[in-house]
Amino acid sequence: MATVKFDEATRIYPGNDIPSVDKLNIDIADGEFLVLVGPSGCGKSTSLRMLAGLEEVNDGKIWIGDRDVTNLSPKDRDVAMVFQNYALYPHMTVADNMGFALKIAGVDKSEITKRVKEAAKILDLEPYLERKPKALSGGQRQRVAMGRAIVRQPQVFLMDEPLSNLDAKLRVQTRTQIASLQRRLGVTTVYVTHDQIEAMTMGDRVAVLKDGILQQCDTPRRMYDHPNNVFVAGFIGSPAMNLLDVAVVDGGVKLGTGTYPVARDHLKDAHGRSVTMGVRPEDLDLTTEGNGIPVVVDVVEELGADAYIYGTAKDAHQHQDYDESGGDLPERPFIARVDGRRPPQKGETVYLAPKEGHVHMFDTENGLRLGD
Amino acid sequence: MSALPGLRAGALTAGRRSRARSSQKPVGGVTASLLLWGYAAVALVPLLLMVASSFRSNADLISDPLGAPWPLSVASYKEAWTVGNFATYFANSLLVTCGAVALSTVVATMAAYALARGRSRIFRWLEALFLSGLMLPIHLAILPIFYLFDGMGLIDSRLGLVLMYGASGVPFSIFVLTTFFRQLPVELEEAAQLDGASTWQTFVRIMVPLVRPAVATVAVFRFVPIWNDFLFPLVLLRREEKYTLPVGLTTFFGENATNYSAVFAGLVITTVPLILLFLLATKQIVAGLTAGMTK
Repeated sequence: MATVKFDEATRIYPGNDIPSVDKLNIDIADGEFLVLVGPSGCGKSTSLRMLAGLEEVNDGKIWIGDRDVTNLSPKDRDVAMVFQNYALYPHMTVADNMGFALKIAGVDKSEITKRVKEAAKILDLEPYLERKPKALSGGQRQRVAMGRAIVRQPQVFLMDEPLSNLDAKLRVQTRTQIASLQRRLGVTTVYVTHDQIEAMTMGDRVAVLKDGILQQCDTPRRMYDHPNNVFVAGFIGSPAMNLLDVAVVDGGVKLGTGTYPVARDHLKDAHGRSVTMGVRPEDLDLTTEGNGIPVVVDVVEELGADAYIYGTAKDAHQHQDYDESGGDLPERPFIARVDGRRPPQKGETVYLAPKEGHVHMFDTENGLRLGD
Repeated sequence: MSALPGLRAGALTAGRRSRARSSQKPVGGVTASLLLWGYAAVALVPLLLMVASSFRSNADLISDPLGAPWPLSVASYKEAWTVGNFATYFANSLLVTCGAVALSTVVATMAAYALARGRSRIFRWLEALFLSGLMLPIHLAILPIFYLFDGMGLIDSRLGLVLMYGASGVPFSIFVLTTFFRQLPVELEEAAQLDGASTWQTFVRIMVPLVRPAVATVAVFRFVPIWNDFLFPLVLLRREEKYTLPVGLTTFFGENATNYSAVFAGLVITTVPLILLFLLATKQIVAGLTAGMTK
């Protein structure tokens, strides 16, 4: 077991000018479960592969414990990886797959059998030890891939979207299993996913990347309550945070027909005449006409206890900047959570006001958080 | 309720009937079927004739060339194997063919892995160079090869034949195997690397077992032409005790008389290993030829 440290680690693919991972700095504590999350192409997998030694580090350093592993080959790093497609050896039985690393290391045969059996017990794989991977279901294969990592007893576990090939229900189950297994084994783990729910539910800390640059690395709670910038605000949370570009006026910001009070101090660092205001769907209350933001309801999603309304905000300008694909996107809907027993009707106009103290303010120009 | 079982039974018989009909109907129509059977007969009759004639005596063959092999006589086999030295020829053929196939397959498998995974441009040139060997009709090079072997003291040497056939098999083998290695997911090698395996261990323990169907295909496809080759052993070998089967067969052709039944027995002896090989390797070969079709 060991700490992991990315120290200004940079990866530039040959033929590219822009780094795929740009000066990444993360300190991962011993036994910590860190999740790297971000949209596709953000450099999260590349970062993981740099730590594994499968990808060259062009600049900066990577440490495992007090060893500088920047230039070590993968086999000398004492890390185990779970691949997205599992990469099980198709011609070997489950037991051989799990014991392969130990066999290569020249571990005693009886010791290999013992450790494989232990891992199989933890993962409920005992009946399948003599099967080949092709005779296993997706979930079982995933567990074999986990088992292969566990048997090694490495210093660090690396997981590259290990759940993305499972169906939705199994994914949720396995998510919990992996998290609890990691806590039990106490092995430092770096986990890559594009699914922010996985990130929030599994990680001790979550690191959000975009375009190869670390946006924020925090606990899930802090990340949710205190996004550092517009991108993190829009990326973390489901349904996503509503982001509106609002004009700064005396005593606050202009919201619908009224004014939402914001302390002057709070906005003193803003660059322009307008700021971006973020409100989570659950932080909106229905109010009376003339107050808050008028929203025309397009869709109502009833979930039982709650209902989400998706609508179009009138007299308000949706902030579009954060969407990663860059092209002309359809306007994002304005989303609010309302009481599931008395949801508004489709086509109705409702007035929504943010709860006091539950808004996030960002600079419209550079996207950074304003105030505390 | 009562109507349901009857209905189901009706559907079942209908299904069975249609299945029976489809299995009776020849694939691709009557004409194509007749043509294919005709072709099969044309291909098989000489083989049957060869086997039948090998069980008859020479005198029988001359008086009644197409007669029935009755009573069966294995005398011609005995003659071919002992008097005709076929035991020696057989051993020579086996040695040369297996040696050459082993050599070209081992070399090509290692080279193909490197070519499939190498990122350098040199590898691409090397691959093109190997593949250009596919276009070279090696029989045209028989004179240069003869002089080369003469200079190296490899005339009348079975080792010379092994080296020559081995080298000539490399382009085809590399062509097939490189394609196969390219289809294997890179993650397997990465997983092996992380598991602590060296490049050599990854190659031997992970990659080679996975391309086994392709290796079998390549080996069989190289085996057949070498086993059957007549020209090179005829030109490059001198002494009769080093002859391979195809050349050995010619010893039965005398100036005045030919021992036909012994020739037929020799032909059967020559053909049987090939048939056995195909029977044993068909499954692997089919896996090799059709791999990658569904992915």
